[in-house]
Amino acid sequence: MQGTTAKPGGRNAGDLAKKLLTYAALILLTLIFVAPLLWMVSTSLKPNTETTALPLSLLPKQFSTEGYSTILNSGSQSPALVWFFNSMIAGLANTLLILVTASMAAYALARMEFRGKRVLFAMIISTLFIPPIILLTPNYQIVDLFGWLDTLLAVIVPGAAGAFGVFFLRQFFLSLPKELEEAAMLDGANRYQIFFRIILPLSKAPLATLAVLSFLTNWNDFLWPVYVLFTPGSLTLPPGLSILQGAYSINYAVIMAGGVVASIPVLIVFILAQRYIIQGVARSGLKG
Amino acid sequence: MAAQNIEQTGAQPTPPGSGYPTGGKADTKRAFSWTPYVFLAPYLVLFTVFVLIPAVFGLWISLHNWDYLLAKQPWVGLENYTNLFTPGSPTAGFFWQSMEATGIFTLFSVPLLVIIPLLVALILNQSFRGRNFFRAMYFAPYVLGVAVIGVLWQYMLNPGFGVINYLLGLVGIGDGAVPWTTALPWAWISLVGMTVWWTLGFNAIIYLAGLQDINAELYEAAKVDGANRWQRFWNITLPGLRPVLLFIVTVTILASANMFGQSYLVTDGAPANQTRTAIMYIAEEGLENFRMGSAAAMSYILALFLVLISILNFRFLNQTEED
Repeated sequence: MQGTTAKPGGRNAGDLAKKLLTYAALILLTLIFVAPLLWMVSTSLKPNTETTALPLSLLPKQFSTEGYSTILNSGSQSPALVWFFNSMIAGLANTLLILVTASMAAYALARMEFRGKRVLFAMIISTLFIPPIILLTPNYQIVDLFGWLDTLLAVIVPGAAGAFGVFFLRQFFLSLPKELEEAAMLDGANRYQIFFRIILPLSKAPLATLAVLSFLTNWNDFLWPVYVLFTPGSLTLPPGLSILQGAYSINYAVIMAGGVVASIPVLIVFILAQRYIIQGVARSGLKG
Repeated sequence: MAAQNIEQTGAQPTPPGSGYPTGGKADTKRAFSWTPYVFLAPYLVLFTVFVLIPAVFGLWISLHNWDYLLAKQPWVGLENYTNLFTPGSPTAGFFWQSMEATGIFTLFSVPLLVIIPLLVALILNQSFRGRNFFRAMYFAPYVLGVAVIGVLWQYMLNPGFGVINYLLGLVGIGDGAVPWTTALPWAWISLVGMTVWWTLGFNAIIYLAGLQDINAELYEAAKVDGANRWQRFWNITLPGLRPVLLFIVTVTILASANMFGQSYLVTDGAPANQTRTAIMYIAEEGLENFRMGSAAAMSYILALFLVLISILNFRFLNQTEED
């Protein structure tokens, strides 16, 4: 273990005991949080007979990729590979849409004067407090009206209308020093040039945070896609997992393989962009 | 400090429209400019179509017998609402049962999700090596969606060959046959437990940021004054965390009251719809049975509850601050 090298002496012995206790607690907690995820991976690599046979074994007694081949096979009735790409396209498109629309709107709200600005901002912010459930049935009909049911547009576009991105970026734009923009204006730059050449390059960190949070939210969204996507070829991974659970009931090697497929991208995003995610979450609390 | 900066810059007069610098002269006349509207337009289209219109359209739907599969949706006034308060109507019993389920889930999960993450954050707030590693580990389940953790726990909680019963059986608890997903109170323990496991890291990170925001000199001063660890916690840590606490309580209540996926995937509402939450029932009524009028009415009643709870909660926690 790190940090347990003790120096002799009474006081240090107490410190050491405290440190050991802290690490014991930390490691126990790590096990609690990580063990179920490892169990999912381990199960996905077992032949199905092993997943329901007692006594259970921690690691596969016999490695098997049966679970993966069942769903990743191109002729599969539950085409997890298709769901994976659907999820990827939906997540990326939704994120891009949020970044573009929210950053432009947030800049106007942070830095420009126009009629009705206060009312508009109050209206946008107040929708942060609207319980999203009241939008469920009306939005279903709107999406149906556009002919988007059972298409990826249904899980890309409506989700970009939320106020969080606008609110989040506006806060950041307000904190930027105005002098930069004023200097650029004196040099004859217009608002568009200032936005694209000065503001956006200065906003890489908040844009990255918003991008990562938006992608994770979209990737993990469950209720909405369960109801607006229905044919196997048009599902994203979360409703797909629900289908797997129904279709393979106790074929847990298959279901856990689906879980692993749905987890890998977000875990990679988490490892690479941990700083942005954790800062984004932490900051959301400090604002409140 | 950051917040003050934001306030200050926000309060400064902004050049109008296309944004010529205020030249010091009294340029009271503002030239109209399309620029702000061009910047706002893309978002406002989305906002109008998918937030504003549906928020109002939902009310309109709720005043009709809006069966999506039928040709006509006749006006019924407040009937969808009065039905919910009429014992014996087709929806009242199921709706209030689902509200009760949401209430039970919220009542048990919120205290756990307010207290345990604080303890975890206090451990993480000490100085030791590998802090970022442990912080990431505790947060990891949260980045996975409810679909993944739902199918995972449904397997782990299986009464016959789930790992939870297996491990309990090894230490001689419950004969290895606890009906985790099919009988009460076990189903609630499962749903609350897996939710605490799943979302604890989120709250812990917010607490941790709050703890790190507390001025360290306060602790030093208290130590000099002879305050013990417990007194420092009560008199410095807790008051310092108050805004964060208000945020966490509010967000956790709202998240719990919106619970859907866990019940949908793990218990499927069992036993006898007793763990079917309000959101789950509203979604079924509106998007499976297509009785959208009554589903919309229910969603507004639920929303009313949520808004009331938020307001009460805000009042209550702000009041204790003034004491």
